[in-house]
Amino acid sequence: MSNYTAIREWADEKTADKTRIVVGLGTCGIAAGGNKILDAVEKTLANNDAIKADVVSVGCIGICYKEPLLDIEIPGKPRLSYGSVTARDTKEILENIFLNNKYEHKKALAVIGDETFEGIPSWKEIPFFAPQERRVLRNCGFIDPEKIEEYIANDGYAGLSRALVEMTPAEVIDETLDAGLRGRGGAGFPAGRKWSIAADNIHTYKEKNPNSDAFGYVICNADEGDPGAFMNRSVLEGDPHSVIEGMTIAGYAIGATYGYIYCRAEYPLAIERLKLAIDQAREKNLLGKNILGTEFSFEIKLKEGAGAFVCGEETALIASIEGLRGMPMPRPPYPAQAGLWEVPTIINNVETLNNIPVILAKGAEVWAEKGTEKSKGTKTFALTGKVENTGLIEVELGMSLREVIYDIGGGIPDGKEFKAAQTGGPSGGCLPASMLDLTIDYEALAKAGSIMGSGGLVIMDTSTCMVDVARYFLTFTQSESCGKCVPCRLGTKRMLEILTRITEGKGKIEDIALLEELAPSIRDSSLCGLGQSAPNPVLTTLKYFREEYEAHILDGHCPAGQCKALITYTIDEVDCTGCTLCAISCPVDAISGAKKELHIIDTDICTRCDTCRQVCNFDAVLIDGNLL
Amino acid sequence: MINLKIDNKKVEVPEGSTVLDAARAANVYIPTLCDDPLLEPFGACRMCIVEIKGHRGLPTSCSTPATEEMEVTTFSPNIEVNRRTTMNLMLSDHPLDCQHCVANMKCDLQYVAGYVGVREQPYEGETRSYEKDRSNPFYVRDLEKCILCGKCVRACDELQGRQAISFGYRGFESKITTPFDLPMWDSTCESCGRCVDVCPTAALYDKSAEKNGLAMEETRTTCPYCGVGCGLILETRNGKIIGVRGDRENSVNEGHTCVKGRYGWEYVQHEDRVKKPLVRRYLLEGGSKPKSKEESDENPLWDWVETSWEEALNITAESLHRIKEENGSDSIGIMTSAKCLNEENYLMNKFARQVVGTNSIDHCARL
Repeated sequence: MSNYTAIREWADEKTADKTRIVVGLGTCGIAAGGNKILDAVEKTLANNDAIKADVVSVGCIGICYKEPLLDIEIPGKPRLSYGSVTARDTKEILENIFLNNKYEHKKALAVIGDETFEGIPSWKEIPFFAPQERRVLRNCGFIDPEKIEEYIANDGYAGLSRALVEMTPAEVIDETLDAGLRGRGGAGFPAGRKWSIAADNIHTYKEKNPNSDAFGYVICNADEGDPGAFMNRSVLEGDPHSVIEGMTIAGYAIGATYGYIYCRAEYPLAIERLKLAIDQAREKNLLGKNILGTEFSFEIKLKEGAGAFVCGEETALIASIEGLRGMPMPRPPYPAQAGLWEVPTIINNVETLNNIPVILAKGAEVWAEKGTEKSKGTKTFALTGKVENTGLIEVELGMSLREVIYDIGGGIPDGKEFKAAQTGGPSGGCLPASMLDLTIDYEALAKAGSIMGSGGLVIMDTSTCMVDVARYFLTFTQSESCGKCVPCRLGTKRMLEILTRITEGKGKIEDIALLEELAPSIRDSSLCGLGQSAPNPVLTTLKYFREEYEAHILDGHCPAGQCKALITYTIDEVDCTGCTLCAISCPVDAISGAKKELHIIDTDICTRCDTCRQVCNFDAVLIDGNLL
Repeated sequence: MINLKIDNKKVEVPEGSTVLDAARAANVYIPTLCDDPLLEPFGACRMCIVEIKGHRGLPTSCSTPATEEMEVTTFSPNIEVNRRTTMNLMLSDHPLDCQHCVANMKCDLQYVAGYVGVREQPYEGETRSYEKDRSNPFYVRDLEKCILCGKCVRACDELQGRQAISFGYRGFESKITTPFDLPMWDSTCESCGRCVDVCPTAALYDKSAEKNGLAMEETRTTCPYCGVGCGLILETRNGKIIGVRGDRENSVNEGHTCVKGRYGWEYVQHEDRVKKPLVRRYLLEGGSKPKSKEESDENPLWDWVETSWEEALNITAESLHRIKEENGSDSIGIMTSAKCLNEENYLMNKFARQVVGTNSIDHCARL
């Protein structure tokens, strides 16, 4: 019996036939009040001796708009999920199920399985889940991330076992190449190719430096920094072992014996769970010396990043681990040639590494069944912004933006119209409605002027000003520029100043030409990816929403009604009931009017804070004469 | 050796050379601001961008290794446009007071801007505002003139090994700073002046430069302070030293100096400097040496009197001879100086042991 079979049997036995009450306690679940639900579960259990179940906290399942989530698993029955639950709901649901055998409840969300059950629909019938393909998120929201046996019982470490026991390192690289897995950090470089270059360099390095402490490093880039992106955090919090397993397989493939996880310090729960997972893996001989009884040894250390966006760039990340200021260095040498402490190093994103165990366990062919010809597999996205269903989603590459936004996302709320989708965070671009049928793959997104990025997907409706969006992203890249190279440090500053000027109504028509001159130059002559991609939000908004720039400059008008300097608030003569609520709420006393009479806004005093519009119960407050 | 083409010119360079090295070997000018042959490539100023057949985009020649059969273009409309935009950006946050600047006509930024050919400033915007840091007695830091090329940081780290300064803050607020942003004089700086030496603008300049215009002559010499024998270049104007820098051609120090070599030169032309031998009057005119300190203060025979080298050496020789006669060779001790040449120290050794006859000879470097 191999070492893995024994571990698997132990895990299966430990997890078999358990009644489980599952509470989603990722950072998102906690923020939505998950801890209160956990308290309520424990209280209910303490008051009812008849309810016998394990209480389990899991990571995020992705359906953010229904948090907090409560799931019930009873042997022989499908897993049931309840959403937006309160403490009172929790007590009701538990007592209904365990004392009265009643499963239906107003908060019942779905059956996590293929069949309907007691009137509760299968999650395959829920529009949010139906088009999704869960591979990266295979365990998120299902297993207790703090228990290694739950990961193992769900095929965890089977890929590592297959790699170590049945395959040579070169075969592992070939399997990854065959799968066609491309870097999920955004650039899309084939993971197998990166590994194979590193493996060659490690071989040479070993011959030249036989007495070195380390011949190669595997670094997991967990410095997820795009505003609005939380894919990697969810994986680290919900399925930390998948990343550890992926790193260990990578280490075996390239011939490295050490790994670093570079995780941002703003992810305390992820760090805590990673530490625990590393300890558990070591205890089970899945990490450390002679893994699973083989010759291969591998150690993983955790390094907390200090909150610099630029440290997601490979060379800056390496500098940061070395204890230096996170500043990129020119390449070559590439990390695969001379990386951490001048030793050949590969750096893979969390999601890339998370895919590795599946490729090894199921085989490249099965893995590569999903996706397009050049973009294989699935991709997670953090779907946010002006969309009905926000959350963490995973789709097959090649799906159209429209399906993601309208099927999974449920469309644009409040009856408004879709305006733009922003992919790739501050390095990406804004795609207009005419591109809704664009397929989500590396080539198509790049051709449209955006990037795949790590998975940020922000949806905007007609009330979003595209100039202001470009300005927002430039504010971010400017403040996160490391300051080393001129185009990035000063180019983003000047672009930001021009954009600010336009949103403040002080733009000149020549400013568009200046942006068009600056943006490509910054893209082409910056040192690292941060600077090279920083102009993307400007370039794409100029390309697809040029008329909005012109409206700001030539007409002094913000079509979205967002730029304060360019909008005027008025009160509609017909709809105003004279209820005085706006006048009472106005923080600068800009509104006058007697009870039951038309109110009037003094535009000289008004600060465009929008309070009046928000409090008005009769939609009587207009921006530039329009109801927003 | 590696063979490649720079602008269609064939050139052969040793292994490990960069494209920039190759261009220099081929006598092709590529503008640079953050490069220094003594420092590791940094790739910050983006001036040395080139086009290389088969390479994507515009790689920086300072950081790209030269490889066999590479074909490099150093001049094209695309390179021109990008260099000009980058230069315009740099100048959009740099005081344009060249005529009043201490670096006038010796400023790399001025030269490269001239080469690139900027004619107008299209990017108006915020400029940085900093107080000059005059805390160091020898040099001034003017961060408004700094282009963040990082040469000072790398010189302090890679050449001096002191790491007194580094990059700090981010984005537009980025600046070169000391630990905890303290004034220079409160940092670990040893005032070797290497940062001043490599600065391409007037972000770092010697205080002595404030009073003077350009040096008109340069003299290559050896530092008189210690036995290392660093090569120095004296910058002079009308026969007066106005500055000193390390001699990069000198294999002893490759341009490096210590604080004394670079900044301790004011004594050379100081009015109090003794330029002729002085002896006590009683030694020249006869009479006896005063018995006590009190007596000597009043006694004109104790005054210093200028005399010729011959007279002074004669008096010294006679005195040594007399002391040796009266008290024996071992009553005489000889101390030599690090400011002397090795040959001079050797001769003093001979003199002590063979002429005077004593082993009591030592050297100031042992103190």
